[in-house]
Amino acid sequence: MLKTTMLNPVHRALGARMVDFGGWDMPLHYGSQIEEHHCVRRDCAMFDVSHMLAIDVRGADSRAFLSYALANNVARLQQRGKALYSCLLNAAGGVLDDLIVYFLDENWFRLVVNAGTADKDYAWLSALLAERAPQVRLKARRDLAIIAVQGPNARAQVYKALPGSEDATSGLTYFSAAFMGECMLARTGYTGEDGFEILLPAAHAAALWQKLHEAGVAAAGLGARDTLRLEAGMNLYGQDMDDSTTPFETGLAWTVDMGAGRDFVGRSALALACPERHAVGLVLLDKGVMRSHQRVATPLGAGEITSGGFAPTLARSIALARVPTAVVPGAEVQVEVRGHALRTRVVQPPFVRRGRIMVEL
Amino acid sequence: MSTPENLKYTKSHEWVRAEADGTLTVGITDHAQEMLGDLVYVEAPAVGRQLKRSEECAVVESVKAAADIYAPLAGVVTEVNAELADAPEKINQDAYSAWIFKFKPDQPGELSELLDAATYEASAAAEKH
Repeated sequence: MLKTTMLNPVHRALGARMVDFGGWDMPLHYGSQIEEHHCVRRDCAMFDVSHMLAIDVRGADSRAFLSYALANNVARLQQRGKALYSCLLNAAGGVLDDLIVYFLDENWFRLVVNAGTADKDYAWLSALLAERAPQVRLKARRDLAIIAVQGPNARAQVYKALPGSEDATSGLTYFSAAFMGECMLARTGYTGEDGFEILLPAAHAAALWQKLHEAGVAAAGLGARDTLRLEAGMNLYGQDMDDSTTPFETGLAWTVDMGAGRDFVGRSALALACPERHAVGLVLLDKGVMRSHQRVATPLGAGEITSGGFAPTLARSIALARVPTAVVPGAEVQVEVRGHALRTRVVQPPFVRRGRIMVEL
Repeated sequence: MSTPENLKYTKSHEWVRAEADGTLTVGITDHAQEMLGDLVYVEAPAVGRQLKRSEECAVVESVKAAADIYAPLAGVVTEVNAELADAPEKINQDAYSAWIFKFKPDQPGELSELLDAATYEASAAAEKH
């Protein structure tokens, strides 16, 4: 039996093609995945991402606990509402999940974690709490829905659909959140565009969706979300990295704070890590489509595509790949696609950011 | 979209049209394009290639995945639809006019062994469940 979000009947009424995504019955697209992709880059669209889980961390020692639990340093969160992207690591430095942590007040942080790993994360954090900070409390917020509105016009459309939201978020910088009543408006996302991720009581989700729809915001499915995040050079958990990958091997070294004086889970393993492979972007020069698990051949050794596909904004295939660390942007390498060796150029992601192509084609 | 009565079909979602010159034209069905989603690449067989019946001979790639196209019958490829190289979305727009390749069958009489429209529709419907 698949799990469903509050908006499931809305997706079905819109004629969405539904798929099983990590045990959730979610919309893949509502007609054309490519049109939905372009809509986000050029205008804006909305996604139901309520399958992701918000976990509230409450109590006086929340900050100290998260400083130990997360690879990025929550000491960077000084202003209320500020968000930080971080990996959750195991003791070996492997990535258990990637998440966003919001600093809401000194006794309250909120994590938003991936759907497929949510139960595992919750159990992991609970065990860590019992050992380190038994007075800190965790609460899984399955009572919340999450609607992401993304694209250059996303904020203006949210202001129209949600009266008061413009005032509530005035002066809000990127990667920060503000509250309006029970509704949390976060300027975060997974598309490379500006916009909001709106966390609100699930009972109010359908009404907000309807208002956004009336304002002219199109619905977009997880298919477009995947091509948008790939163009934005963002990792997908379970595909680009998992618990056998360290952040250093998946382009996430920038999210690990190895500064002195802070212990965190995975630190001692990472201090000794000597990665032989790293993550790069690939742009296909020949015709075809790269897919995950295809082999990358380089003069310096073999690699593997972790995420590949067709990039609508670039009108060609791109990929994220793990290759020997000596293979750097500018190099030309080959990808094996059904017995053909196709030519690709190594680039530094992102491929697209804020509607602009960032790599040489 | 209804399944045209004047075409033949395979269980693997190819349509086949008999031409006056004795060649057979091959494409994928509307049901297949709908299942695949937006198509972004078509890899057609080489002209002159000898096809064995039911062998993988072409590939269509959608945003989602790659799917093989199987030779409906044995024969020799005579022509490919070059238009699809730059516009694979034509298959999404009209699956029954956006043909992929033509071939000359070794045994033209075998065409009658392929499915008619009603049988194909029943087969495709059964696959959904």
